[in-house]
Amino acid sequence: MYDVIIIGAGVTGSAIARELSRYDANVCVLEKCEDVCEGTSKANSAIIHAGFDAEEGSLMAKMNVRGNEMMDQLAEDLDIPFKRIGAMVVCVQKDTLDGLQTLYERGVANGVKGMRILSKEEAMAMEPNLSDNVEGALYAPSSGIVCPFILNIAMAENAADNGVEFRFNTKVEQITKDDAGIWHLRTNNGEYKARYVVNAAGVYADVFHNMVSDKKIHITPRRGDYCLLDKEAGNHVSHTIFTLPTKLGKGVLVTPTVHGNLIVGPTAVDVNDREGTNTTAAGIADLITKANQQVKDLPMRKVITSFAGLRAHEDHHEFIIQEVEDAPHFIDVAGIESPGLTSCPAIGEMVGEMLREKMSLTPKDNWIAKRKGILNPQTLTMEERNALIQKEPAYGNIICRCESISEGEILDAIHRTLGARSLDGVKRRTRAGMGRCQAGFCSPRVMEILHRELGIPLEEVTKSGGRSTIVMERTKGANGGEA
Amino acid sequence: MIPYDIVIIGGGPAGLAAAVSARKNGIDKILILERDRELGGILNQCIHNGFGLHTFKEELTGPEYAQRFIDQVLEMGIEYKLNTMVMDISPERVVTAMSREDGMYQIQAGAVILAMGCRERPRGALNIPGYRPAGIFSAGTAQRLVNIEGYMPGREVVILGSGDIGLIMARRMTLEGAKVKVVAELMPYSGGLKRNIVQCLDDFNIPLKLSHTVVDIEGKEHITAVTIAQVDSHNKPIPGTEERYTCDTLLLSCGLIPENELSNKAGIRMNPVTNGPVVTESLETNIPGIFACGNVLHVHDLVDYVSEEAGRAGAAAARYVQAKGIIEHSDEVVKLIATDGVRYTVPVTIDLKNMADLQTVHFRVGNVYKNCYVSVYYNDKRMTHTRKKIMAPGEMEKIILQKKNLLKEEDLKTITIKIEAE
Repeated sequence: MYDVIIIGAGVTGSAIARELSRYDANVCVLEKCEDVCEGTSKANSAIIHAGFDAEEGSLMAKMNVRGNEMMDQLAEDLDIPFKRIGAMVVCVQKDTLDGLQTLYERGVANGVKGMRILSKEEAMAMEPNLSDNVEGALYAPSSGIVCPFILNIAMAENAADNGVEFRFNTKVEQITKDDAGIWHLRTNNGEYKARYVVNAAGVYADVFHNMVSDKKIHITPRRGDYCLLDKEAGNHVSHTIFTLPTKLGKGVLVTPTVHGNLIVGPTAVDVNDREGTNTTAAGIADLITKANQQVKDLPMRKVITSFAGLRAHEDHHEFIIQEVEDAPHFIDVAGIESPGLTSCPAIGEMVGEMLREKMSLTPKDNWIAKRKGILNPQTLTMEERNALIQKEPAYGNIICRCESISEGEILDAIHRTLGARSLDGVKRRTRAGMGRCQAGFCSPRVMEILHRELGIPLEEVTKSGGRSTIVMERTKGANGGEA
Repeated sequence: MIPYDIVIIGGGPAGLAAAVSARKNGIDKILILERDRELGGILNQCIHNGFGLHTFKEELTGPEYAQRFIDQVLEMGIEYKLNTMVMDISPERVVTAMSREDGMYQIQAGAVILAMGCRERPRGALNIPGYRPAGIFSAGTAQRLVNIEGYMPGREVVILGSGDIGLIMARRMTLEGAKVKVVAELMPYSGGLKRNIVQCLDDFNIPLKLSHTVVDIEGKEHITAVTIAQVDSHNKPIPGTEERYTCDTLLLSCGLIPENELSNKAGIRMNPVTNGPVVTESLETNIPGIFACGNVLHVHDLVDYVSEEAGRAGAAAARYVQAKGIIEHSDEVVKLIATDGVRYTVPVTIDLKNMADLQTVHFRVGNVYKNCYVSVYYNDKRMTHTRKKIMAPGEMEKIILQKKNLLKEEDLKTITIKIEAE
């Protein structure tokens, strides 16, 4: 029996797990996928929003601004790639220029610092590739970009290092409460019991809420298509560029990523399928059209991949972070759509505080606040790198050519806390396979490393767990010997 | 810093032939740097035959063809390093390399020959909509898995793109017992060699659907089906023409891209049509002493032409080293112009002082041309006019220029190569 079970190992669940790991409590995270960061957390804009967007006084606004404030310390403590590059909301229709003022005032009310309204000339001087149609812009210097995978992975790793258990491939199917007030969670991997349940299940949060409450909530998976461009296009803009909504609808954003690519997206299409992360031709065409309204000469020939993510859109467009009224000891963390990534540390803090109070939790004296990331040898001098290779020769063996990722980094990714078990797990931790050839060259070699290090047959190595195996069987005459 | 006369980046067919040629031209200290665990490059996974008809007048498999050159490299005692990644090349020809054994180190090269080859266009660059499940491979990755690692990706296969590797893999997967259901090609013509269409598709009754593309990929964990549709003249799918194929494997053979990351870092000027360096008659880039050959320069159709070109690069690099980098140039070079159906030429300039008696010029056409003429103009004057029964984008074309003819022409500024109907 656990003190707390968290459903979902996305950024929200992992942030809460990390906060709870400060206290003397048995905490377990149940995740239906084979790894952390498998849902909304892995497919989004990777923006740390300033906080001028959410409605004044909303929980969303509060969490956004607080999460943004917390990000520097979190990034430092957990070794997360994060850059405060600033954002611009550009206005491309003169008659909507006052919209910038409205946003500015909302930002001020929400506590966003340092914003300025820029003239066309000022905006163009800061960002020469803005569309010629730009009439003015709101500049928010506190906006930033982050690696969403490492943000999620780092918080989960740190929670696990502090004693939180993670159960992967464990899908909650039913939740009931017994007479003693203990929650019973039936899963495909047996039953789990806990005094408290935290529902951080993303697009499935309504399903779990509705299992325990008569006051139903409803979440719509809102699909967003994205295109990721080659690093050659990474300097096309140097800030995150949004557009003011026009009569034609809400725009998309164009931003550099923290690793130097350029990302364009998302669209917004409500779907029924909670796993419906398929891109569509119409969606991609739509986002290209929209992106061209705010940024000129976008080199869309440099797209290296496109993908879609699902936002957990709650009907009232507000975060629901509270104990369920008619289900005591069941905490909803639902409707965590944008700015959810930004807000996650603040949500963790809020839920951690809520449970500390309710459960009278006491702090551990041996809590580890910091986590060291996978070493990036590209930051070393040649002497340092040689010393490293002498000690660990695997760091001299480049596996992913496009991103220059060595075997040493991949071994670290596999063997560290909550290590990678699939190609995608390795990719999200090290970037091997994330470059312009999209794993064409390195996938057979990463498969081989996974096979060797995990001691599983090559036929069982997966792209991302479950049935996503990559090879099926030996060829004729390949007699089962080692390849 | 370790000095070498010539450092060759890549130990595939281009690098091997360049090394052999440089040695034959009198260069002693040559080093080949290869990132894979053996010499031979992609030829090692090309276990089908058909290589070497031009070079050796016999039909070899890829590994056999590579071995002919590897044997020469070994006999000549040319140095090479395997499992070695070149991290950087500076304009001053300082090569930074790294391996498990040697760590990171720098070499001062008298001349550098770029022979890094090319890579395949991935799914992401094609903007194919749908899910992103396991079971989607570039044809070359699948070829490595099947032929080197000895594993089959699946049993029911759809192939998008009719590049040569895709065609070869259609046959290879069939021979391994898989069912290749269809090959869809976006263009109204194949991107591969005619002989591969006949020997790899027709002989196995595998349908080739021209002007078709993949419009949807199904399967959340592993691919379960794809939908293909016919496209119009703007390559847009035509509604109502969709056909769904259940499958467990989708192979992509949609074009090759020269791998010029290192060239870009060194500041080498690129040709946007070939995605390879802009080179002179000596296959020298804009950076003196850095030469390029093989698929890193432009994607070839036959390896024989790679070897031939690499031989010229090796000789030119040898000359550069022997002249200690002091090579006299003409004040003005002759520019080669590709137009009217000719997409590019390699080289793009010819220095009459430095050209050989015979100069090969490679090019490709941008469409299928039947019963047309390849015309060569010296300035505005048509000099040759050669009838061609058929020319296709999948096949490399060449012309040979004679130095004595070029010298005869007064005030020669441009040589234009074009396709003419008559």
